[in-house]
Amino acid sequence: MDLNETPEMAAFRGEVKSFLAAHRDAYAGGAATDLLAWQRELIAHGYAARTIPKAYGGYGAEPDILKSRIIAEEFIAAGAPRGIANQGVSMLVPTLLEVGSEEQKTRWIGPTLRGEIVWCQGYSEPGAGSDLANVQTRAVEDGEDFLISGSKIWTSTAHLAQMMFCLVRTEPQAAKHEGISYVLIPMDTPGIEVRPLKTMTGASEFNEVFFTDVRVPRDQVVGGRGRGWFVANTTLKHERGMLGDPNATEARLNDLIELMKSETIDGQKVIDNPIFRDRLMQLQGRVLSMKFNGLRLLTSQLSQEPAGLAGQVVKLQGCELNHQLAALAIDALGELGILYHDGPHLRARGSWQRSYMFDLGLIIGGGTAQIQKNIISERGLGMPREPKPAVL
Amino acid sequence: MDFSLTPDQKMMQESLVRTLADASSLDRVRRFAGDLKDKGDDIWRAVADFGLAGIVVPEEFGGLGLTLLDAALASEALGAAVAPVPFMGAVLGPLALMRGGTAAQQAEWLPKLAGGEVMAAVAISEPIAGARDGAGVTAKGGKLSGKALFVPGGMAAGLLIVADMAGGLHLVRDDAAGLTRTLMPGIDETRRLAELTFDGVAAEALNSGKGGGGRELLTTLRDAGWVLLAADSLGAAQVMLEKAVDYAKERRQFDRVIGSFQAVKHMCAEMAAELEPCRSLVWYAAYAFDAAPAEASLMAAHAKALTSEVGRFVARTSTEVHGGMGITDLLGLHFWFKRLGLNRQLLGGPERVREIAARLQGLAA
Repeated sequence: MDLNETPEMAAFRGEVKSFLAAHRDAYAGGAATDLLAWQRELIAHGYAARTIPKAYGGYGAEPDILKSRIIAEEFIAAGAPRGIANQGVSMLVPTLLEVGSEEQKTRWIGPTLRGEIVWCQGYSEPGAGSDLANVQTRAVEDGEDFLISGSKIWTSTAHLAQMMFCLVRTEPQAAKHEGISYVLIPMDTPGIEVRPLKTMTGASEFNEVFFTDVRVPRDQVVGGRGRGWFVANTTLKHERGMLGDPNATEARLNDLIELMKSETIDGQKVIDNPIFRDRLMQLQGRVLSMKFNGLRLLTSQLSQEPAGLAGQVVKLQGCELNHQLAALAIDALGELGILYHDGPHLRARGSWQRSYMFDLGLIIGGGTAQIQKNIISERGLGMPREPKPAVL
Repeated sequence: MDFSLTPDQKMMQESLVRTLADASSLDRVRRFAGDLKDKGDDIWRAVADFGLAGIVVPEEFGGLGLTLLDAALASEALGAAVAPVPFMGAVLGPLALMRGGTAAQQAEWLPKLAGGEVMAAVAISEPIAGARDGAGVTAKGGKLSGKALFVPGGMAAGLLIVADMAGGLHLVRDDAAGLTRTLMPGIDETRRLAELTFDGVAAEALNSGKGGGGRELLTTLRDAGWVLLAADSLGAAQVMLEKAVDYAKERRQFDRVIGSFQAVKHMCAEMAAELEPCRSLVWYAAYAFDAAPAEASLMAAHAKALTSEVGRFVARTSTEVHGGMGITDLLGLHFWFKRLGLNRQLLGGPERVREIAARLQGLAA
């Protein structure tokens, strides 16, 4: 255990700080005044697309987890917006780097990194949720093209995206996991219909996407025909890591502490109520445990050792914890906690209520809590899979 | 940045686990638990020879001169083996002397403690966890009066370190006139607790060193005690999880191992998911005790409180996974269940410890 920073890392932290101080005008108020210009600036300095090769439009640095962490910490401390981290950047780009053809890398990575192309992810279907390998959207050969028909659901940003990376069944005769291909589809292709999917928060965070004979060239397949399941899995693990980020959880805990210090009931601060205070302390202990679990994971990554259970529990525990933090905030607000939308009594523009509802979706999405428990017990604890029943 | 154990630490812990597999086997623990005349001298000798009696004692006094993180790793192994060893006194006794003792006191006691010839016990429950049944010790003119309860290892200790209700600490010899020791029979028969009665007992003050006077030294002992109990719970709970998983992989019902039922698998997954992050918190709390003193108390409090909650959850869940066998003496799982039960309450249950955590941050009066 040694949590001190080396002189090299301290110097790097200094560089990031000076950059952020010098560019404060570009993000006054916490948001970039010109998103794409800010993104280009970040890439030029290696604060976005840091380890992506220069040839594909990145900064081209060696991977260094500590430096990435320092960048993240300093951007949070300065209230500066990070680089674009949409599904194109965080899921498609790593996938193309790993399994894409040279032509695909050159064509797609640069514009995606610069924010010129926005992607959406076409994985889940009405009949393929936890059982994702059951995708039924089919792609039938027609000359040099595929004709794609079927539907996708939970497609966030589909209404903004120019492109979709999508799992489709290209080999209907093959075994379930071996008949899927990973294809890139322009969203303006005739036959695609996007319908917003309104959720309990009142917003449409997701969409449904319907395909009717959508024509896509066959060379838009990434990683080979029938290999889509394996291609998708290389990047799904990144999504799960993102969903339990302990730094975001700690920031939310700090907001909750401030809320409980400022709100009063009958003139008494909420924090002075021993029951609320104990609930807060229970959650603080859990937030700290996940924070240090995160440091332990970082060390495993640095030494390239498998993290085992410490990694497998992050999505399950982190998402649950976020939900509980929002739940305590709503309870601390009491009757104020039932207000929503707007009005003079509403606190934090309804963000606690929105988190409480939206985070329940995150417990379900990206692999449900129950799927996470299967992963923990099977891969982490070596317990047997549930056998398939002989008769359904 | 390195949030991991050193190769030496890993090796030490693995080696201790092997030592305890012989010295503190379940059969041996069972005999100790069933016979009050059994003092467990052979087990103590084995861990003292390993170096645990002097794990934090500086090398110049014959100890290993290691940190609280090393002691916590040892405590984890002891909890895993439900070892009947008064380890809390073996760490807190020397810490009290090192931080609060005079040179003469250190020279007299530390070598004997480090070699294991004399055991130390620490009586600090009342000012930390709160006084029960009117207990509490007062100091006046170098004499102690009153009662101290729940002193682990207090029956066998040759040296007692006693806190008074004002936070002062005192050295008391086991043969001091006016001292009476009575066993407090408890659920966890692997740790024997003493009730100490003081009737004008002569004592030496122990607040003179660099640890500072008054409550500062007591706070140090409290934090170290919390970390050790948290680590003991981590070890005990880890074994309960492993035993549940092993049992579920073997036990067959409805023509299949019960570990293939999601209802059972998910119980095991929940135990693992709750327990694994505790490990990092315990490591950090122990590390902070030596390396980040400003955070030490808060981290120790959270480590103690969280492992207490998770420990209770794992203890009952693992027992349930074992079905009816879980509650039998035959299997012996109850030794771990009771170990976790004691660790939860000793030096303050989670509600009390979290209240102190809130106070440390200025969130409670």
